[in-house]
Amino acid sequence: MKKNLYLVRCGEVALKGMNRPYFERILLERLKKAISVYDGTEAHWKNGLMLVRVDASIPTMEVVKKCSKVFGIASVSPAVEAPKDIDAIGHAAAEFMNRLIEEEGIKTFKIKGKRSDKNFPVKSPEIGRVVGAIVLKECKVLSVDVHNPDCELYVDVRHEGAYIYRDKIKGFGGLPLGTNGRGMILMSGGIDSPVAAFMMAKRGMTIEAVHFHSYPYTSPRAQKKVEDLLEVLAGYMGTIKMHCINLLPIQEQIVQNCPEDETTLLVRRFMMRIAEQVAIKNRNMMLITGEDLGQVASQTAEALVVTDNVVSMPVMRPLIAMDKVDIMDMAKEIGTYDISIQPYEDCCTVFLPKHPVTKPKLERIEASESKLDVDALVTAAVESEEIVIVNPR
Amino acid sequence: MIYLDNSATTRQYDEVTEAMVKAATENFGNASSLHRLGFEAGNILFDARREFEDRFAPGGTVIFTSGGTEADNMAIMSTATKLRRRGQKIITTKIEHPAVLETCRRLEAEGFKVEYLDVDVDGYLEPQVLKAALDRDTILVSVMTVNNEVGTIQPVRECQKIVNDFNRENGTKIIFHTDAVQAFGKLRMDEGAFDLVSVSGHKIHGPKGIGLLYMKDSVKLPPFITGGGHEMGYRSGTENTPGIAGFATASSITHKNLEDKMESIGAVNDYLRHGLETELTDIILNGPVELGYTLSDAGKRCPSILNISFMGTRGEVLLHTLEQDGIFVSTGSACSSHKKTSDSHVLEAMSMNHKEIEGAIRFSFSEFNTIEEMDEVIERVKTAVNRFRRLGSFR
Repeated sequence: MKKNLYLVRCGEVALKGMNRPYFERILLERLKKAISVYDGTEAHWKNGLMLVRVDASIPTMEVVKKCSKVFGIASVSPAVEAPKDIDAIGHAAAEFMNRLIEEEGIKTFKIKGKRSDKNFPVKSPEIGRVVGAIVLKECKVLSVDVHNPDCELYVDVRHEGAYIYRDKIKGFGGLPLGTNGRGMILMSGGIDSPVAAFMMAKRGMTIEAVHFHSYPYTSPRAQKKVEDLLEVLAGYMGTIKMHCINLLPIQEQIVQNCPEDETTLLVRRFMMRIAEQVAIKNRNMMLITGEDLGQVASQTAEALVVTDNVVSMPVMRPLIAMDKVDIMDMAKEIGTYDISIQPYEDCCTVFLPKHPVTKPKLERIEASESKLDVDALVTAAVESEEIVIVNPR
Repeated sequence: MIYLDNSATTRQYDEVTEAMVKAATENFGNASSLHRLGFEAGNILFDARREFEDRFAPGGTVIFTSGGTEADNMAIMSTATKLRRRGQKIITTKIEHPAVLETCRRLEAEGFKVEYLDVDVDGYLEPQVLKAALDRDTILVSVMTVNNEVGTIQPVRECQKIVNDFNRENGTKIIFHTDAVQAFGKLRMDEGAFDLVSVSGHKIHGPKGIGLLYMKDSVKLPPFITGGGHEMGYRSGTENTPGIAGFATASSITHKNLEDKMESIGAVNDYLRHGLETELTDIILNGPVELGYTLSDAGKRCPSILNISFMGTRGEVLLHTLEQDGIFVSTGSACSSHKKTSDSHVLEAMSMNHKEIEGAIRFSFSEFNTIEEMDEVIERVKTAVNRFRRLGSFR
């Protein structure tokens, strides 16, 4: 089987000290898993770089996409290998260029040579000149342009071999999945929560999800939408366990017993309590929300103080200081945006008060809540959970 | 399960499934083939065509299509193609199915003028309104036979007559089309002699993906889909013989004892309405009170449909509550987390306000529904409405 070579570079993992072997091992495992769909795939570390070899019949961009979705990877380059001999390298580079001339019609180029193997007889600046000369001779249509070339070709001479590549497709960076604890994301179905989950997973956190609905006040399609969002996220972080909980019994109690303008906050406090219980049961150490300071009434600084007050677990809010437009851009990049904007009512909007409080006082909220049997409601809600396992597509 | 969404689609008769299986496994030939298998497939088409030709006024042709939507598209687009040099105006109503409305909008974008006629509070088109709108620039009038949301029977026979009279007096060639998707199999369509009639298979316990356009022979539309000349050249494409076999079987079963069946469906409809009106306050019947059983009952309501607004509730919430009890209905408005409302254009055309539309539920019946089922529905609806009204919603 003819195989294509890909150079895969790690980002922050390289900065690790004593723990570096641990992170490298996990990262390689994640990468192998991501490309395990292709038979006969090989991947291993070589001097701070991962070399991946995949069946040549698989489209290059498909492999690159799979690799770049693995957290901890900084960039990926489809490459060719050459013997460590300057003529052989020049010949391989010319062959590489011929393909680009045919596929993309490039006319000008520039070679950037680099020699990390200091025993190689040709020094870095010289590699560019020598290889460039061979390419010029073998590819008649090409000319050199050092300032604005159509193609910048990299020649990397390392201990284990020489590599030629052009593209460096950026990955998401971050740290390998599973190296940084477990967190429970509160997923509404909006634009923000999938981005929040993504950002924490990108830092290595294993993610579980809890989704609140108000069936029959909300449509089953609203839950399907959250499943679709998780399916996209699962493409980055593997199978995700989702806990679905019907909040309607609690909302009914709140609507009947508490002031209208506090409804949203009281509901939020219940969500946090329930999420914490579910998190503890499933060995998650923190909660994650997509809250963004000041975006809506329940996300003012005062409101966040009031909602945070009911849980002892740390609450991660990775979007807290981001602007909405940036969150939206990120959602588009991840691929969740188009699903998030489908118009299904979620449980937060069902009993939306006309004028919610924006500067709630903790004592007043607690006084309203005292009319409810909080513990019993939370326990009943936790027990009513339905679990959905969402696999990557 | 109590299925009350028969205007959306119906459960296929078992005999229909059998006919389809037979056409797909035994008589699977291409009707255009010269050998025996082709001949047998051709017989299916022949018998089916005869079944449907009996359901309309004589002197017309039945063209099988992929469904009601395609039949509507064919009627409107082909008429526009045929008569675009004679005139630029199309007349329809505000309460048509999207298959008609969106096709008209498309022609509007191409430069045609479309007049969307108003209906009254019962969703009824006054024939005089059509008469006043006709002019010598008009080429097509499209009015549905029975409205799909509220069930109002439209004066289609009068409309055809008004068009015929106008043509005679002015030498115009205006074509009249009626979308009878909700009427066929409930009212006898052969009581009128129409230019064009659209019908769908899955509303009469037949299969999905099949329908037809009835065309009076003198109308002679240009081909809608070109190709191998199937369906007398009007609509090319190898015939969907299993679909057509199932469709014809459904039509034949539906029309057997039709009057008796409709009477019992009407009784179920009235029983549910009386029950709800007795058990609940603040409910509004949308559409005419009286049920009609023939095309001459224009202005009455088709027995297959009952549309009621439960004030102070939201239809979609009632729908999901009822589905938990195994009762399936439909709404006049879809919830949306965005502020844009998605209220029914039909109910809006009947001058209903947002609150009335938001609480609207459509119950639609088939011959399989029973009075006993309605007792359960009344009970469940009552519980759901009262619960919602107690709890409310802030909007």
